[in-house]
Amino acid sequence: MTDQQLRVSKIENGTVIDHITGGQALNVLAILDIDGSRGETVSIGMNVPSDRLGRKDVVKVEDRELSQSELDVLSLIAPAATINIIRGYDVVEKHRVERPDSVTGVLDCPNAHCITNENEPIHSQFDVLEDGIRCVYCDSIIREQIADHIKV
Amino acid sequence: MRHDHITSAKQLSREDIEAVLDRASEIAADPAAYADRHEGALLGLMFFEPSTRTKMSFSAAIKRLGGDIVDMGPVDSSSVQKGESLADTVRVVEGYADALVLRHPSEGSAQMASEFVDVPLINGGDGAGQHPTQTLLDLYTIRENAGLDDLTIGIMGDLKYGRTVHSLAYALTNFETRQHFISPESLKLPRNVRYDLHEQGSSIKEHTELAEILPSLDVLYVTRIQKERFPDESEYREVAGEYQIDAETLEAAQDSLTVMHPLPRVDEIAHDIDETEYATYFEQAHNGVPVRMALLDLLLGGEQ
Repeated sequence: MTDQQLRVSKIENGTVIDHITGGQALNVLAILDIDGSRGETVSIGMNVPSDRLGRKDVVKVEDRELSQSELDVLSLIAPAATINIIRGYDVVEKHRVERPDSVTGVLDCPNAHCITNENEPIHSQFDVLEDGIRCVYCDSIIREQIADHIKV
Repeated sequence: MRHDHITSAKQLSREDIEAVLDRASEIAADPAAYADRHEGALLGLMFFEPSTRTKMSFSAAIKRLGGDIVDMGPVDSSSVQKGESLADTVRVVEGYADALVLRHPSEGSAQMASEFVDVPLINGGDGAGQHPTQTLLDLYTIRENAGLDDLTIGIMGDLKYGRTVHSLAYALTNFETRQHFISPESLKLPRNVRYDLHEQGSSIKEHTELAEILPSLDVLYVTRIQKERFPDESEYREVAGEYQIDAETLEAAQDSLTVMHPLPRVDEIAHDIDETEYATYFEQAHNGVPVRMALLDLLLGGEQ
């Protein structure tokens, strides 16, 4: 992929998340809890032509690396995503996301009566199933639209 | 028993279940032998919702083992009113008791609470979630009356919201049982329960009419259909009426049928069944004491 295709410049330090499922870039930003209010420098390509995916999204975030929890949830909404860690304009690490056995935090349980939605000192936690995720606390299953449950 | 806490029927293997039921049988046969087994032990009762049977039978159980209770009392007179989190409350109360029983309106509350305490914690019902000790006493009652293997059971009523149903259906997958679910369309088993039963290799047979399956049943487990599940009273009456049984309904059943109900009932089982051989629901409720004694005995180190 060339810079011209992406229409955005290289970053010095940070993370490039490539091969995101087309249309999911804003959900990726939601997972990273980036809404622009803290001054982060972010570049987004949406529905960029891709040999592998047809259309893909790309997100570049300056001065930010992803936590394991963020990577885990990312893998659920963009299973083909690749993570490029950039330091001094060079890609120092490149790997694909892996589907985890469970995800912690980042997502809210859709069950309003779940203890994780109360004011308790715990994080939400979901086991990852073949075709969805399941709350470890209340057993609720989410199959569709996992991105709708990203914490706001 | 290798569990520190009892939060869900799903954590119980066949061996775990049989260990509790066997101990309950021993206790029922010779309660005097257990009368001072746990002398001085204190059971902490934390009931954030009203309860009659669960609370009283746990109290009776620990007292019949020689122990006593410390009771948090009603929520409106406790520190919860001041906004204390459940996590903090259980961490405080574990210092007062050797084991805890928790009933709480939020699903997953017992699981969460168990992560904050070292003493054994027993789920006494978490919202529409789990109620594992009800399941154990249900299994005990079934074993005493019909046996747990080669069993055909019908579970009828509110299968969507009824937590006793969810726990029982899952626990029964440990045994050779054929499970039939009888309910109105709107109150069928929820998705997560179907998923679990499917994962356990259990085939689900669902019916909207009891008559289709009644003659083949060894056990009929009836639950209450609650008015608040329906948009208006007339719809409730129409639906609920189809899932009520009386002595006449049971003429089509086997003579050996065992009729169970977690209680309280409203009018889903007519009183004319109470005096028949079918009626097992009061015995079922009484079984709460030996079964909870057995569970407490095992959790408090009864094997030593």
